[in-house]
Amino acid sequence: MRKKLWISLALLFVIPGLLFTVSCAQKEITETEEAVVTETKEEPTEAKVEEEKPVAEDDRGILAARNMFLNEDIYFEFDKSSLDSVAQDVLTRKADWMRDNPDVAVSIEGHCDERGTNEYNLALGDRRAESAKAFLVDLGIEAYRISTVSYGEERPVDAGHNEEAWAKNRRGHFLIP
Amino acid sequence: MKRIQIKIISLIVLTLFIMPGLCLADYEYIDINNPFLRKIPIAIPIFANLPDSETKDSVLKKASDLLSETLEFTCYFKMLDRGAFLIDPDNPPLITPKINFNNWVSIGAELLITGGLALKNDRLEVELRLFDTFKAKRLVGKRYEGPADNLRQMIRRFCSEIIYHLTGSRGIFNSKIAFISTGSGNKEIYICDFDGFNLKQFTNNKKINLFPAWSSDVKWIAYTSYLNGKPDIYIKNIKKKEGYVIAKKGINIAPAWVPGKFELAATLSYSGDQEIYLLTGTGKIIKGLTSKYGSDVSPSWSPDGKKMAFVSNRSGTPQIYIKDINSGQVERLTFNGQYNTQPSWSPRGDRIAYCSIQKGQSNIFAIDIKSQDPVQLTYDTGNNEAPSYSPDGSLIAFSSTREGPSRIYVMTAYGTDQRRLLSLRGEQTNPKWSTNVKWD
Repeated sequence: MRKKLWISLALLFVIPGLLFTVSCAQKEITETEEAVVTETKEEPTEAKVEEEKPVAEDDRGILAARNMFLNEDIYFEFDKSSLDSVAQDVLTRKADWMRDNPDVAVSIEGHCDERGTNEYNLALGDRRAESAKAFLVDLGIEAYRISTVSYGEERPVDAGHNEEAWAKNRRGHFLIP
Repeated sequence: MKRIQIKIISLIVLTLFIMPGLCLADYEYIDINNPFLRKIPIAIPIFANLPDSETKDSVLKKASDLLSETLEFTCYFKMLDRGAFLIDPDNPPLITPKINFNNWVSIGAELLITGGLALKNDRLEVELRLFDTFKAKRLVGKRYEGPADNLRQMIRRFCSEIIYHLTGSRGIFNSKIAFISTGSGNKEIYICDFDGFNLKQFTNNKKINLFPAWSSDVKWIAYTSYLNGKPDIYIKNIKKKEGYVIAKKGINIAPAWVPGKFELAATLSYSGDQEIYLLTGTGKIIKGLTSKYGSDVSPSWSPDGKKMAFVSNRSGTPQIYIKDINSGQVERLTFNGQYNTQPSWSPRGDRIAYCSIQKGQSNIFAIDIKSQDPVQLTYDTGNNEAPSYSPDGSLIAFSSTREGPSRIYVMTAYGTDQRRLLSLRGEQTNPKWSTNVKWD
């Protein structure tokens, strides 16, 4: 019986002591919780960053489309301003892009290879740029959004004097001024 | 060989067509219609000091050499070697009774020029005389006086007198050549005298500048420039810096002044098609000169301003056509080859020089307008382009890649005596020869 009393007494003292220590520990925890809270405060910003990622991927797509519009030239036969099926496909894609970007105005440069004479080539470059413009207008793009400038043979992309270089230089090039 | 034969036959044919014109000229020294097959042997001994003058020998030699080079530029003469002369070089006789013409006839000289010079206090006096050695007769005698640095002008004036006496034309000695050079890294317009002397940069805008064209009075140059990002025509007064701009939508290119007028023709494409228009010197449209669908470019006027040669691809390939301004009639001139451009109408009126591309090579041709018979003037020497006649029609300036980079060359209207005019950095193209201005 005495033993039981001792245990009861011990419990009487130990339990509140335990409780005390627990409360002490709880205090410490709340402190750490505070720290956690401050961390969680940052969490929403992290989430924002994560939200932005898919937007950037969209941007990349937009940028790629824009770059394709700017970098994809159309090519012509010697002394010709007519558009072959490849050029027409490229121009159709350009019209799609212009429809997706209705606020953008573009400029088409008409270029020639070095063969032939400067005066005639300036006129030929003009015809090339104008024929590309006419094709886009036929596809429903507003004419006022498209300006043209002929460079004739003055601005080759390839300085070579062979058919490979000439083929690259007989081109229509697109710019967003 | 075959080509040479064809060339000679063509020359003979051309000469036959031009024969009627020969009767009009009563000069027997130079057959202006075929003057370069036989050059006139001419002797130009070193100039002497005029009485009471002690000009240095080096100055005397320089002056006589300058006369010799200036005359030689015309290609009419064969300069005789001074080493063969039978005269006392220290005491050369200058005037008729003292000259022993047999000394000159015996070394083959048909013409003789004597010169006397005095340089006193930066004032220069020059006496120059041209003699016919066979007839033992003075043909031209002139005396010039002025500041010492006017020697070149005095020599040129005398050359002008000589050529006038021998051919009936004032020649080229007060004319200029404008051209494009990339020496600065951009296509800029430069101007020099007919012989390449006195080089000056005319445009300096670091953009593409093309197609300089002289007004008849040589006071204005019209040209195409990308100053505002597209090809517009700028009309500039050379001395006063004033000017006008033709900046319509599309291209505004290749102007050509109407002879004797403050008007020009040029290709504009604002209508959607490249057409040639007649414009005032201030850039206002007077009327359209072409209206066929296709590119119409490179106008070049007949000397009387009544006809205009131009390039059109209305038949499918670029060919040269002539439009009669009054009747409105258009006739095709070139039928040989698939690419004939850059017409330049001879100031003599009878021929048009142009650039023809055959088998991938550009060459200069000249075509008689009546017979429509083309003569090839350059052969197997790189690309030869942009012919421009001298004001007397005796020479043609053009560009050629025969030595690698494009340079300006000069040849006779018959294709002989081809030589480089200038040696500059970069590439030179599109020479345009001005008219010959009267001396002040």
